[in-house]
Amino acid sequence: MAKVIAAPITLGSAAAIPLGQGRCYVVAGEEIAVFRQRDGRLFATQNRCPHRQGPLADGLVGANKVICPLHAHSFHLETGKGGEPAECVQIYEVSEVDGQLVLNMEGVAVETCR
Amino acid sequence: MNEGRRKLVVVGNGMAGARVVEEILKRAADRFEIVMFGAEPYGNYNRILLSNVLNGSQSATEIFMNPLSWYRENGIRLHAGVKAMRIDRERKVVVGTRLQKAALAYSIQDTAEPDTAPVEEPYDNVIIATGSRPFVPPMEGFGGPGTFLFRTIDDCSRIADCARESRRATVIGGGLLGLEAARGLLTHGVEVTVLEAAPQLMITQLDPEAGDMLRQTIEAMGIKVMCNTITTKIVRTDGRITHLEFKDGTTLDTDMVVVSTGIRPITEIATASALTVNRAIVCDDQMRTSDPAIFAVGECVEHRGMLYGLVDPIWEQAKVLADVLTGTRSDAAYQGSKLGTKLKVMGVELASMGVTKPADANDEVVVYREPRRGIYKKLIVRGGEIAGAILLGDVESAGTLMQMFLAGIKAPERRADLLFGAPTGVGLLKVADLPDNAQICNCNGVSKEQIVAAIQDKGCHSVSKVGFCTKAGMGCGSCKSLVAQLLESYLGEVAYDPSEHFYVPGIPLEKSQLVGEIRNRGIKSVSEAFAQLTGGTEDPGSKVGLASLLKTLWPGEYEDERDARFINDRVHANIQKNGTFSVVPRIYAGVTTADELMRIAQVAVKYQVPLVKLTGGQRIDLLGIKKEDLPGVWKELGMPSGHAYTKAFRTCKSCVGTDFCRYGVGDSIALAQKIERRFQGVESPHKMKLATAGCPRNCSEAYVKDLGAVAIEGGKWEIYVGGAAGGSVRKGDLLCTVETHDEVLLYMGRFMQYYREHGKYLERSYGFLERIGIDTLRKILVEDSLGICAQLDAEIQKAVDAYRDPWTEAELPVYPAQFSGPELAQVLEVAENNG
Repeated sequence: MAKVIAAPITLGSAAAIPLGQGRCYVVAGEEIAVFRQRDGRLFATQNRCPHRQGPLADGLVGANKVICPLHAHSFHLETGKGGEPAECVQIYEVSEVDGQLVLNMEGVAVETCR
Repeated sequence: MNEGRRKLVVVGNGMAGARVVEEILKRAADRFEIVMFGAEPYGNYNRILLSNVLNGSQSATEIFMNPLSWYRENGIRLHAGVKAMRIDRERKVVVGTRLQKAALAYSIQDTAEPDTAPVEEPYDNVIIATGSRPFVPPMEGFGGPGTFLFRTIDDCSRIADCARESRRATVIGGGLLGLEAARGLLTHGVEVTVLEAAPQLMITQLDPEAGDMLRQTIEAMGIKVMCNTITTKIVRTDGRITHLEFKDGTTLDTDMVVVSTGIRPITEIATASALTVNRAIVCDDQMRTSDPAIFAVGECVEHRGMLYGLVDPIWEQAKVLADVLTGTRSDAAYQGSKLGTKLKVMGVELASMGVTKPADANDEVVVYREPRRGIYKKLIVRGGEIAGAILLGDVESAGTLMQMFLAGIKAPERRADLLFGAPTGVGLLKVADLPDNAQICNCNGVSKEQIVAAIQDKGCHSVSKVGFCTKAGMGCGSCKSLVAQLLESYLGEVAYDPSEHFYVPGIPLEKSQLVGEIRNRGIKSVSEAFAQLTGGTEDPGSKVGLASLLKTLWPGEYEDERDARFINDRVHANIQKNGTFSVVPRIYAGVTTADELMRIAQVAVKYQVPLVKLTGGQRIDLLGIKKEDLPGVWKELGMPSGHAYTKAFRTCKSCVGTDFCRYGVGDSIALAQKIERRFQGVESPHKMKLATAGCPRNCSEAYVKDLGAVAIEGGKWEIYVGGAAGGSVRKGDLLCTVETHDEVLLYMGRFMQYYREHGKYLERSYGFLERIGIDTLRKILVEDSLGICAQLDAEIQKAVDAYRDPWTEAELPVYPAQFSGPELAQVLEVAENNG
């Protein structure tokens, strides 16, 4: 039985994520990685890499991709699709409103992967 | 045997012969029964790369284009080691003789194997592709031991064997091949002199000014150059060469002589068969000789009065001949070729095309000189098009200029744009705008059309795959960036392929090209590199390599963007499988104190460190520490970072040396401490693990370290480089033997800096050493053959001076959340989904 978050969640200042990096937030017991790409785009995914549970928030980010720090598996941040066959991560909607990060997990089941 | 097939006999299986056969097979695989004669006992190989074989950067097997299996797979019978002597045109039979094993393939004298029957092959058509032989100017004493030509794989190995036993080598001939031979000889550790009869080097391709600048560049590499010098006699004593005598009466001491003074076509078979031979075998526009059943191709051909010795024109001839023979385009005609070339001498950048001098006052001459950096660029524009160009020292625009020159594209009104690019930053020539038949790879004659077909129809999605399918980029490699451009315009991206030599996967440049771009454009940060070189696409897999390179290129000026660092280098600790980190404090030379040990123990207790482990580098590793605990751990340890997480100087371990050991002959502990205090944190292409040993018993394993110093009797230290005892095991090579600790520091620093500048990213010192060669390294770093030692010493000093203990960031993080763990979000509503 999956948890569903009913309303958008404010994660605090967007500036708390260093430019070009990611940061891990724990939302209702789930680790979510939020990334702030150098071009200003924001992305959110599950934090743990499906391969060996590496922390994606500590990965390298660019060109709408993240590379896991443990074994360099990569994931598209727009689609969640992985570089390896049959690997993917859950993605979430995230935006910046008045300098605040807003994560919208409404209606999205946590820990599933499309 | 297929009844309907015609029989084609190809005389010569060099590059031209094999190429024409490939072109025929592509057009009509079953049309001919093909038999080839090859005087060399091999399959065919890329002669252009012979200089790489001589300088050791490629092995002989790497330059084979078609191995013997290729002949089998395509149903071609090859008479290897058999020389075709004449064509019996009445009986329509080619007659060949088996050569003795040691025979020179291009020798005029026949050295037939005795008592073997002639080889006879009846034919419908013959292609003569005998190529050429080296020309030797008249001089007394050439041909005996110690004298060589530079033409075949066998020549390369004979030259290399002799160089190993020689101190001084002389190359006669200062042309393209002569210089490549001289550079190759340098790698074998001999003193090299180049003799040129003309007043300048490369007289066919360069004007006097460029020739003079090239001479300075060549001399700076440690090669002596003598122009206006004509050799009359090679003098021997007891069968060994002692010196050369020149026309002006002077002499030069030498142990061996390589002659590379041009080529002459091999035409004996044509003469013996009564075909028309002028300076070479005369052919018409269909490559037909005076006998309509017999064709010729390559360096043995004279076409409209011209002889060609470069690959480009020969590929064009091969295509025309294949079109004609197979009937694909029976009216195909070879119209002659424009000529351009690139010197492939390590350390020299030079490209030349077309004419070198203006023909009359209507020709525009555009010249740019920058003597201090050895840069010279000259353009000759005729009727608005490029008629010739010389680029020395900076050949970045050579590919574009060559395309414009060959295709006869109008030059831009601002001629300077040709040399420096347009001020808007827009490339002068987009490969996508070239016509389909434009030749992209000039070494292998591959057109844009063929490359696009490989990308779209054969699924070649990387530069190396395109190379595999079409051979584009497999010669000198200078067109790889054009191939990459094509891939990008047809696919949107170039697939990552680790077999390629890009420095980082996201920028299609090799290290030297990338360094050139970074320096020319003054790129000082990773984001700037992407903005300028990829149009802003920030490939995450390229960030770390770029950061490492930029930091080495701009010590002190590099703009450090932390997102370009791997997590280890953001938090100065090594990430573990569960996302925690390991902490290794620096313990200089493996010597610690009771006080330090107590602090380590207290930290381990306070932070509940799950594993405390002694490492192979004589350190103490605290494993399983949370990111947010790192600053506290460091502060309480009160010890500097041991850099166990990064590509840098790691450790210098030592044995107990002279203080207590009964055998020690040198103070290895003090030396290791000095080494470690000097080089701590110095970054490099990969990690560097060092050791010092107080005697050759090698208890600290210094022989198998990236750098090791071993004390020997007499108060001396041996310095070993390129050792390994990880996944690869290799004993280091002795770089030099010195007397003092300070000298050990000097040479170690010099090696490190050279490795920092020339190593590929993630190339360990042993791979680097094997790539460059210990003899070459010793020349450069000990004998200062390139005159760069002072500069290397100054650069490593800058890196040493720039050292700052990264663990001081514990007090003052460089960006918010640098050491933050997961942030707990305030969630207002959580609903259970039961649907």
